[in-house]
Amino acid sequence: MTENVRPLPSGPGADLPEHPKFLWRNPDPKPSYDVVIVGGGGHGLATAYYLAKNHGITNVAVLEKGWLAGGNMARNTTIIRSNYLWDESSGIYEHSLKLWEGLEEDLGYPILFSQRGVLNLAHSLQDVRDSVRRVNANRLNGIDAEWVDPAQVKELCPIVNISPDVRYPVLGATYQPRAGIAKHDYVAWGFARGANEYGIDLIQNCEVTGIDVVGGKVVGLQTTRGRIATGKVALAAAGHSSVLASMVGLSLPIQSHPLQALVSELLEPIHPTVVMSNAVHVYVSQAHKGELVMGAGIDSYNGYGQRGAFHIIERQMSAALELFPVFARAHLLRSWAGIVDTTPDASPIVGLTPIENLYLNCGWGTGGFKATPGVGWCFAHTVAHDQAHPYNAPFTLDRFTTGALVDEHGAAAVAH
Amino acid sequence: MQLIRCPWCGSREEVEFHYGGQAHVSYPENPAELSDAEWARYVFFRANPRGPLAERWVHAAGCRRWFNAVRDTSTHELLAVYRIGEPQPEVAR
Ligand SMILES: Cc1cc2nc3c(=O)[nH]c(=O)nc-3n(C[C@H](O)[C@H](O)[C@H](O)COP(=O)(O)OP(=O)(O)OC[C@H]3O[C@@H](n4cnc5c(N)ncnc54)[C@H](O)[C@@H]3O)c2cc1C
Ligand SMILES: [Zn+2]
Repeated sequence: MTENVRPLPSGPGADLPEHPKFLWRNPDPKPSYDVVIVGGGGHGLATAYYLAKNHGITNVAVLEKGWLAGGNMARNTTIIRSNYLWDESSGIYEHSLKLWEGLEEDLGYPILFSQRGVLNLAHSLQDVRDSVRRVNANRLNGIDAEWVDPAQVKELCPIVNISPDVRYPVLGATYQPRAGIAKHDYVAWGFARGANEYGIDLIQNCEVTGIDVVGGKVVGLQTTRGRIATGKVALAAAGHSSVLASMVGLSLPIQSHPLQALVSELLEPIHPTVVMSNAVHVYVSQAHKGELVMGAGIDSYNGYGQRGAFHIIERQMSAALELFPVFARAHLLRSWAGIVDTTPDASPIVGLTPIENLYLNCGWGTGGFKATPGVGWCFAHTVAHDQAHPYNAPFTLDRFTTGALVDEHGAAAVAH
Repeated sequence: MQLIRCPWCGSREEVEFHYGGQAHVSYPENPAELSDAEWARYVFFRANPRGPLAERWVHAAGCRRWFNAVRDTSTHELLAVYRIGEPQPEVAR
């Protein structure tokens, strides 16, 4: 007998392991900060981290109405890629992908970033033309992109049905080898831990209920945990952006929609990459643990309920079976929804507002997880310098008036 | 599945309907005089409240007629349906 042997448990739960070390403090709000970030999702946390790391600004609070990263950050399907059509998008998404490639080391925290490649399938002649155009645009921007034919699709992902006698046969795909997935919770925790180490206050259960503006300038916030004075406010509230902007009489070209996703039971490794199809309306990857992760487009109506309609899932499943007949006997384990902030051109809004010291990051819709490090970097720059970073400069609120839209409906839509 | 009450056909399953976005947004009366900012507002900006929203629906797989509804966006509950041309009913929040 050695002293390593633990005594027998004396009651239920007695043999549970020690509680893991806390990764951040849980402070009460101070009366004032230099910068307050509203929304403790991935974008808010990454912005806090880069404010400290890149700009030395640490008298910062992140206010979160629920628990940290319990919104879309906890609900997304973690697809990371940078193969959007336009130069403006290439700039910010590829900046983000490069940051992903060094993020684990930078944060000193595991994020399970896996560059397993993403296939975007084409099912019609128009799909093929648009996809080849996007591949060429990507290559001109120095982004890895290839057009692959059906046989190559089969090689990359042997379980895809490329038979020509289905309703929407696979005619080829765009392929980005550096794209992939990461573990969303770990990403949030890594950024939260990093921000906390710089002394930033992460304040949970603290809902912003009003924004105080004096002489056209933001001076403070009303919250469920009291008033907080601040020099600058950075909004990163994703699906609730319109609700926050309306507190200062600002309307946004945003519609908030439910977006659903679901997972199967745990399966043996069978799906080596990520497959998306805008035409048959589904996308599928396999998470590290083994569950198939699937999703599709938004529910049609506006909704803040974090739930969607069942027929949307039914259609996703029939689309998944057309592409992957081998899934016919897999069981659906769980489904859920987030609230996504969609814009008319499927591109985000990141920059200044008509109100001094109030900064806006929203409109990432169905595809902002991949942008987490990139937008954190650029939004922190915007807040620190009161001026957009070159990578987010095209994504102004003003573009809906000037007409300088960045139309990414082709590269976004069902593809996140 | 949610049932939606068409003002002509009665309650039918949600899959029979299509969503048409915010209701009561009419085409500008003086299009030639609109500024860029006013055009932007008409083309791109729509209400996005958390709570009751007046919106358009079409009974696509039924009578194929459009109608309006007030729906609570936080619960997705339909609070009222009414025909095009009828005033927006008052609803209790
Ligand atoms: C089902 C689903 C699948 C997705 N799949 C992908 C994908 O594969 N790839 C991809 O790139 N993107 C994907 N996305 C999109 C991505 O999740 C979002 O674009 C991104 O998470 C938004 O940024 P965020 O993490 O900061 O948002 P969130 O995590 O939603 O953070 C916003 C936070 O603000 C808080 N908040 C709101 N109002 C207030 C207030 N008044 N006071 C205080 N706090 C407030 C909320 O509680 C929330 O925690 C998906 C989204 C969903 C829902
Ligand atoms: Zn009808």
